[in-house]
Amino acid sequence: MIELSGVTKRYGPNTVVNSVSLTVPGGGVTALVGPNGAGKSSLLSMIGRLLPMDEGEIRVDGLDVSRTAGDVLAKKLSILRQENQVAVRLTVKELVEFGRFPHSRGRLTAEDGRHVEEAIDFLELAEFSGRPIDRLSGGQRQRAFIAMVLCQDTDYVLLDEPLNNLDMRHASQTMGLIRRLATELNKTIVIVLHDINFASYHADRVVAMKDGAIVADGTPREIITGLSMAEIFDLEVPVHSYADRPVAAYFAIGSRRLHGQD
Amino acid sequence: MRVNRWRAALAVNGRGILDSGRPVLVLILLGILLAMVTALFMTYDLKGSLDFALELRGRKVGGMLLVGFAVAYAAVLLHTITNNRILTPSLMGFDALFVLIQTGAAFLFGTLAFLAIDVRLRFGIEVVIMLAFAAILYRLLFGGENRDLFLLVLAGIITGTVFSSLTALIMRVLDPNEFLTLQDLLFANFSTVNRDLLLVSAAAVVVIIVATRPLLGQLDAVAIGREHAINLGVNHRAVVRQCLVAIAVLVSVSTALVGPVAFLGLLVSNMAYQLTGTFRHRYTPAAAGMIAAIALIGGQFLLQEVFASVVRLSVIISFIGGIYFILLLLREAGR
Repeated sequence: MIELSGVTKRYGPNTVVNSVSLTVPGGGVTALVGPNGAGKSSLLSMIGRLLPMDEGEIRVDGLDVSRTAGDVLAKKLSILRQENQVAVRLTVKELVEFGRFPHSRGRLTAEDGRHVEEAIDFLELAEFSGRPIDRLSGGQRQRAFIAMVLCQDTDYVLLDEPLNNLDMRHASQTMGLIRRLATELNKTIVIVLHDINFASYHADRVVAMKDGAIVADGTPREIITGLSMAEIFDLEVPVHSYADRPVAAYFAIGSRRLHGQD
Repeated sequence: MRVNRWRAALAVNGRGILDSGRPVLVLILLGILLAMVTALFMTYDLKGSLDFALELRGRKVGGMLLVGFAVAYAAVLLHTITNNRILTPSLMGFDALFVLIQTGAAFLFGTLAFLAIDVRLRFGIEVVIMLAFAAILYRLLFGGENRDLFLLVLAGIITGTVFSSLTALIMRVLDPNEFLTLQDLLFANFSTVNRDLLLVSAAAVVVIIVATRPLLGQLDAVAIGREHAINLGVNHRAVVRQCLVAIAVLVSVSTALVGPVAFLGLLVSNMAYQLTGTFRHRYTPAAAGMIAAIALIGGQFLLQEVFASVVRLSVIISFIGGIYFILLLLREAGR
């Protein structure tokens, strides 16, 4: 269980996360959605102790993230940020192997090797495994980083827009994989998603943020409605239904075709 | 070049096996080369009293080994914690501060009084001031929300310039006799290494190497970036703090022994990364240290015995290192 109480983050006079309280019970996919600058990434970074908070407290399975030793947390929770630059030249395999660092401290065991293989196969990276990551396409690189996090094998996985840079095929496959991590391996996933429709189809719960606060929280069907979309994104979005899930047709807005004025 | 030829010769059979063993192979070859250079330096053209000559040369070799390892290790550590391979402790003003401390002390207390202090005590005080500087740098690195690398580098360059300018100012107002004594102290070359200082320095380097050993595995994770390292459970702040302390001590050692050797660290660490083909800290500090020692001992030997030149080794190193630095900058810009 992840528990946040009164979490606040300020940058000078700007409050980017304003006294957020939230409880994420174990299991399932929780999607964080909202407009740019709503504080989603900052909130996720604070849960993953990459960013210190100004006020409040975050506990993961009862462990206070700002006080618990890093190596203890690293076996419990992993976080993948949006921008992933690596300062040194690594091959895909070497990067994925780093995911085992919390378990083996750099000396890989046979079991670590098995985890690495599995993660690489899972993300279809076998043919690139010897290639330096700076010579991969954006999508391949993104998958390599997800493989690293997968390899870390933690109960809680925090992902900040992992579908960025992915084409349709890889985006849907990756999201499907993330869904399977929750369903089959019983991991707790908190994911920042840009595309509300991925949240609609794959998330169990949608938490919407705006101006540093949570403005809506519920099942996809409760949250993704024309009314609440207008409230969260300041945008009139027609919401349809597909496969029993709401679909926001935001991509058509701005075109006159939508209104039959072609 | 010898290493390259070996590698080419060995690469023919079984590339895979060789690749995984490459850092080890490079370390072994560097070790052999270092032993050969050292043996040559110690035994070449021995004349007169054998004991005296060996002791004198041994002291020189000891000084160069220490300086080589200290400079190389400090550079590798700085590269890792800043995730940048073209910084050196001297670019950040570390050795300029050391020179300023010595000059300032000579100015305030007079060189004679300064020299009268026990070498070990003097070195201890200098190291303490260096550590204070490292603490300030640490605050700059991790104090605010903005851990902008460029800001840090700029701050380092500016403080370095301030330290050098202050040193120059003090030297100008110094009594000419005092100045001569000071200059001797500051630009002590390898031929005049103080025995006590050598022992203190050796102790300091050994302590640092032993104390940082448990860090080496974590440094591999730090090298791939701060956020990844934290995610993987590394206490990033603590590791960086310990590295800065180590850098301050190592730079104090090398600067106290031979004065500033600006580009040596940059040169040897990058050569080590290239030769070993890895960033793993199990290999890079040792490789860089041996390359530095080979360059210093070999270079000193060539200057002394072959060219009989009056040019100081540090000048040549700065010249080569400067060119290499520009090449690195161009390569980084081209990426």
